[in-house]
Amino acid sequence: MSKTLNRRDFIKTSSATAVGVATIASGITLTTFAANANENPVTNAKRWGMLIDTNKLTEVEIDGMVSACQQENGWGGEVHSTGDQKPTWVKKLKVKDKATGRITSLPLMCQHCEEPPCVDVCPTNASMKREDGIVLVDKHLCIGCRYCMMACPYDARSFVHEDLTDQREHMPRGKGTVESCTLCVHRVDKGETPACAASVNSDAVIFGDLYDATSKINQTLKKVQSTQIRADLNLNTGVRYSGI
Amino acid sequence: MNIRYEETQGRSLGFYALIAGLGVFILAALGAVYYMEHHGHYVTGMSNRIVWGIPHVFALFLIVAASGALNVASIASVFNKKMYKPLSRLSGLVALALLAGGLMVLVLDLGRPDRLIIAMTEYNFKSIFAWNIILYNGFFVIVAVYLWMMFERRMNKFTSKAGLAAFSWRLILTTGTGSIFGFLVARQAYDAVIMAPMFIIMSFAFGLAFFILILMASYKWTERPLGDAVVNRLGSLLGVFVAVVMYFVAVKHLGNLYLAENAGVENFILFDGGIYTQLFWLGQIVLGGLIPMALIYHPALKDNRSTLGLASILVLIGGVIQLYIIIVGGQAYPMEMFPGKEILEGYGGIAAYTPSLPEIMLGVGGIAVALIAVTFLVKILPFLPESLADKVADSHQQA
Repeated sequence: MSKTLNRRDFIKTSSATAVGVATIASGITLTTFAANANENPVTNAKRWGMLIDTNKLTEVEIDGMVSACQQENGWGGEVHSTGDQKPTWVKKLKVKDKATGRITSLPLMCQHCEEPPCVDVCPTNASMKREDGIVLVDKHLCIGCRYCMMACPYDARSFVHEDLTDQREHMPRGKGTVESCTLCVHRVDKGETPACAASVNSDAVIFGDLYDATSKINQTLKKVQSTQIRADLNLNTGVRYSGI
Repeated sequence: MNIRYEETQGRSLGFYALIAGLGVFILAALGAVYYMEHHGHYVTGMSNRIVWGIPHVFALFLIVAASGALNVASIASVFNKKMYKPLSRLSGLVALALLAGGLMVLVLDLGRPDRLIIAMTEYNFKSIFAWNIILYNGFFVIVAVYLWMMFERRMNKFTSKAGLAAFSWRLILTTGTGSIFGFLVARQAYDAVIMAPMFIIMSFAFGLAFFILILMASYKWTERPLGDAVVNRLGSLLGVFVAVVMYFVAVKHLGNLYLAENAGVENFILFDGGIYTQLFWLGQIVLGGLIPMALIYHPALKDNRSTLGLASILVLIGGVIQLYIIIVGGQAYPMEMFPGKEILEGYGGIAAYTPSLPEIMLGVGGIAVALIAVTFLVKILPFLPESLADKVADSHQQA
């Protein structure tokens, strides 16, 4: 004879299970959040930025920055995408002054604006700016509309055109969503510098907290002349350049 | 004299042939979507420089035309021109059908169309796209209510109020669509508030052209009388709208030429942009503007339905071309990143774009969806007056 489950038993068992699951699940969640919050509180007391001195930076070093980023974040191995379809989180640009003919090379990536146009136009809040100024895409909210790519003045964003393999554990990416430089947020949160900055051995690229008066980037910016790309747009970029 | 509305029979061979023909285009579009989503967008002509390609051209074309198609009803209920009243129901239907077609294309061209629910639940109110999602959904509701007021005799007295609401909503909607481009400060081709009113007048022209074609085709195929009075009135209105579109285009380009910052992109579109320059002058201006106006206003062609039909088709083709130049041409020209400097390597140059077959099939599928919706719904509900002969229209006008 098969055992039948009466209503009382069913309610008893299922509520006990539910309470159990809820207890364990909430415990896990709380612990996870607590760990993060204690170690790395993200607040607007910091503003991460980067100063790139194009006079000191060689072309080889810029190529090295691009490779370091590819290595760290796992982009660039796409097999089907061609030319402009390939993701580019950072690229080497060569510009020539129209009057003097002076040629400058520079790395160009997401400029981590204080007023990011990509965040303004994003319909689903997938494009967002952290309190500490790092501009990111939430890959779970991105619907792939590409409006942020239309809005970005720096051509800094890429759309993933194909299925991806061999992704980095700390940097999930996805076909059909938009991505860009994260300022190596996973490293910054551990107290490290972004991979591109770490790849340069001189002080041609300085990473740090723009607000911290004792930081090297803050002190250097006080001394040297620097500029923001498309400063006329008033976006107040986190990435600054000197020498262009 | 009361207007009598009647469903179409929809039992003829022609009806089934039309449904089958449109169905083929819709199936092709769905197949194309499956292909593009399965492989990823690398199989399309788009890239990180041209992020919105031909599907967006068709999607925005249909969305813009949708709000314009409602104008015929608005003229009747907001501006009280009785001659247009018998056309109001069809006007509302065409508007809804075109919007449905356009939105289908827009959604299916997303990188992740499966996440549509996120677009409906997560709103960033600073985003013009998010506003548009609300505006499009609202348009469906408001026009549906408007149609109900027209259909239900007890509710007829509210028609003009609903009509006013729908008219206001459609003006805001097209302002929103135009502003998708108007507020892009980084791009020299777009950053101009004139985009919003220009899109409104474009919607007048494209929507009316669709309406005229659908009206003439449905009366011809169902062998119902359609008088010259109505058709000619719509024809001259179309001519006026086409002329105003050309005026706005002229103002936009002249204004842009005046600013040194935008001279580059203007020269590109108007003079040395290769395919885009040819499309602008031959496609948009001559084919989509001057020839339709000549067909409508030339005394020798007056009251000629074939030429009005041709003019309407040319307005639509010119409209697609115009949006192609705005959307694709505007992206093809590089952004001005370093004023006073020339970019030698890494960015710049004219971005290449060749529409792929699946993208075109998706875009055309949107038109097919709109047309099949109209074809079915006029069979199910009494949208079309059984006669629009001159004496019906005239007597109604005097009533």
